[in-house]
Amino acid sequence: MPSYQLTHLKQLEAESIHILREVAAEFERPVMLYSIGKDSSVLLHLARKAFFPGPLPFPLLHVDTTWKFRDMIAFRDRVAREPGIEMIVHINQEGVAKNVNPFTFGSKAHTDIMKTQALLQAFDKYKFDAAFGGARRDEEKVRAKERVYSVRDKNHRWDPKNQRPELWQLYNGAINRGEEVRVFPLSNWTELDVWQYVYLEHIPIVPLYFAAKRPVVVRDGTLIMVDDERMPLEPGEKPELRMVRFRTLGCYPLSGAVESTATTLQGIIQEMLLARFSERQGRLIDHDAVASMEQKKREGYF
Amino acid sequence: MSHQSDLIATDIEAYLEQHERKEILRFLTCGSVDDGKSTLIGRLLHDSKMIYEDQLAALKSGASAEAGEYDLALLVDGLQAEREQGITIDVAYRYFSTTKRKFIIADTPGHEQYTRNMATGASCCDVAVILIDAQQGVLAQTRRHTFIVSLLGIRHIVVAVNKMDLVGFDEGVFEKIRDEYHAFTTNLSIEDLHFIPISALKGDNVVEKSQSMPWYQGATLMYLLENIHVASDRNFSCFRFPVQRVSRPDSTFRGYAGTVRSGTVKPGDPIIVLPSGKRSTVDRIVTMDGDLDEAFPPLAVTLTLKDEVDISRGDMLVKSDSIPAIEDRFDAQLVWLDEEPLVPGKQYVIKHGTRRLFGRVSGIRFKTDVNTLERSTTPTLALNEIGRCELTLSEPIPFDPYPENRETGAFILIDRLTHATVAAGMICPVAGTTGRDHWDEIPHGQLKVTTSPVTAREREERLGQRPVTVLLTGLSKSGKTVIANAVERQLFDAGRLATVLDGQNFRLGMSRDLGFSATDRSENVRRAAETARIMNDAGLLCLTAFIVPLESIRARAREVIGADRFIEVFLDAPIAVLKSRDTEGLYAAAERGELPSFPGVTTEFERPSSPDLVLDTSKLDIDTCAKRIIELLKRKQVIR
Repeated sequence: MPSYQLTHLKQLEAESIHILREVAAEFERPVMLYSIGKDSSVLLHLARKAFFPGPLPFPLLHVDTTWKFRDMIAFRDRVAREPGIEMIVHINQEGVAKNVNPFTFGSKAHTDIMKTQALLQAFDKYKFDAAFGGARRDEEKVRAKERVYSVRDKNHRWDPKNQRPELWQLYNGAINRGEEVRVFPLSNWTELDVWQYVYLEHIPIVPLYFAAKRPVVVRDGTLIMVDDERMPLEPGEKPELRMVRFRTLGCYPLSGAVESTATTLQGIIQEMLLARFSERQGRLIDHDAVASMEQKKREGYF
Repeated sequence: MSHQSDLIATDIEAYLEQHERKEILRFLTCGSVDDGKSTLIGRLLHDSKMIYEDQLAALKSGASAEAGEYDLALLVDGLQAEREQGITIDVAYRYFSTTKRKFIIADTPGHEQYTRNMATGASCCDVAVILIDAQQGVLAQTRRHTFIVSLLGIRHIVVAVNKMDLVGFDEGVFEKIRDEYHAFTTNLSIEDLHFIPISALKGDNVVEKSQSMPWYQGATLMYLLENIHVASDRNFSCFRFPVQRVSRPDSTFRGYAGTVRSGTVKPGDPIIVLPSGKRSTVDRIVTMDGDLDEAFPPLAVTLTLKDEVDISRGDMLVKSDSIPAIEDRFDAQLVWLDEEPLVPGKQYVIKHGTRRLFGRVSGIRFKTDVNTLERSTTPTLALNEIGRCELTLSEPIPFDPYPENRETGAFILIDRLTHATVAAGMICPVAGTTGRDHWDEIPHGQLKVTTSPVTAREREERLGQRPVTVLLTGLSKSGKTVIANAVERQLFDAGRLATVLDGQNFRLGMSRDLGFSATDRSENVRRAAETARIMNDAGLLCLTAFIVPLESIRARAREVIGADRFIEVFLDAPIAVLKSRDTEGLYAAAERGELPSFPGVTTEFERPSSPDLVLDTSKLDIDTCAKRIIELLKRKQVIR
């Protein structure tokens, strides 16, 4: 390869760093939504690069539904202790008071109250005007046209008719008071790009991505991990230890595991490349409604 | 997601290593669903094995799928449903990769909002694939797509003549379309043009070479996409570094974060900060992965400098071997993106690089019909219209013409109230002499001076006057022109010959190409000084009415005309008086920020340090002022 040529990952990295810096320069109160997943890990890594040698000029926000895997919370707390990181954890206390959970309320209500509503509470509390998310355009068809800067109105709603054309790398960050912009620096990354970058840059990720023997039950054809004693077992259900890993992470009762022997990054990438089903299959919330994503976006979820 | 590679299963590490060396190619697909665009994209994704089984299963359920064939268009046509929901469709981005390249497809619908969407999609692309239906041939939309693509600066165009299966894979059909296309693109600047006969539906010449068109010896579409050389399209010669952020984590570190937009930079390189013009030297190129020996586009880095220089976001670092134009007025092609049409004269926010400032469209030269390429005059630009406009900004910015540098020649206009992105702008190459002044220009070496056979003394004796130039300098409305005219009248009545060079008249003719930036003002004065010198050489008295806000420029005018022939008269008056005379509302407009570089308000006016005469025009009437100047001319023995 001739000099003055960058690999695709270096080009993607540079593009994302540009976006991160642009937002930090043009907005008053940006925040990084931190989901603890691999995309968040990559985003955080890119942010460190963008502002090196300085600290991150914005806090991280984790919306804790209280039903995350224990490994995720441990990982998050480790990140929070690192120098230069300010981690805000927000829990919807009204939801906690009502004992909202995925089992008796169902995944849709649980996600809405503990995730979407909680996120909006945090926005109102901290008055963020820009929020980074790790969403990528390759995740599904409707995201293919998502902007890098996605404008939300005062009620955090996404108005499909009010999205701005994005030309060159000239992002328009002009908003009215009370409005906010969701920013997706990983828009042009694919799942393979993310994994390859994790691999090349030695980015730490939650161990749940690697295969290990974990206690699971099969429920509606999906492998659900029994991560703590709050998980009510149906009659006849008995957790068994199986070699599994997770392709996406969320609330443990809503995250389907896949059987796997991949205990290394190379193994994970290999499995992904040979996989016959797309990544979001394991994400239970997507199966709830067909037009789900569009609807969730309008409501304020990513 | 997977690629057809045995390495994945056998040697994943070797596979990963292979895939670390890919580069990105961004391309635009132009055409409508009728041209088979979705089918083509579906075909590229399918044949490069980018489709999962669950996605493929969904295709089989498509009612229109032929037996045994998937309806590939369904892969990308998520858009239909959205259209029904009333969602604005503009550009959808698709991703796939091969062992050589990662591809980003900017997919824009062919019909609605085409100009706006195509411009958006094209702005980031290296290559455009223009689809032509072999049954239809070259249509108005083909011209439209080609024009927009060339306007947006895409250098590589691949014309894919699709549906060859429906014309019997006939070579004649393909050649006719190729000739027609060539004929109408002769006037457009397209550097690199390719034609491929394909059938997206059957897969001919998309990824696999066609068995049905043995007469076609060229490359498949995929081969071209994998091999078109785009790395050299980048400009590596003119260093441009718009500063995004000043990084000051503690008192020991001060760096400038940004993305190298063009050119290259190394530690030790001398740089210039624009627009301030301050100079320093690059000390380090800082990244989290360690300092770099050299940075080039599109790397995002942090530069530190050897000196403490005042630099903030929006400034641009350049090198002295290639300095961009610095102007507050230029021509640009505007693509109007908003439902609300352009309002000439209205103030918009301009985002150029990392800089935000105000600007207005001060003139529309013409608009171009995207279907016929015909130009016409117009009072405004509506959604999806393209026009060449003159822009006037609140302050000068460093820029390059868009055809030379996409990164520093592009800008967007933002509505101040709605915050909508209303236009995309591409700065036109600067015609003629604007962009710099020419005081220091060295005339061509072969030129020689001829001297007149008529001597200066002969002229003085004939006309009864010693020729001089009187510069009447002062702020707008200080009375320069009226007093110059009054002096001319009195001189003429006394039998002397004088002429007036008036700043505004001068701009209407001789300097109509110039704006009001500091360099354009300077160049305007240079031309006036040269003209005055010719007048003086001809024996005429020359009365010049120009603001000339800078002492240094007045000094240069004196040099050109000759110190013994130069008389400086400063017309002074309190600014309140000047404003009271301002029936045109210039001062008010300047105070609203609408007139950039308006001396005394938005740009500095340096009071002359040693004028030959000062006249307070708030106290003296025109006639008295004229008389004082005549008296001065007599004292200096210009006239008797």
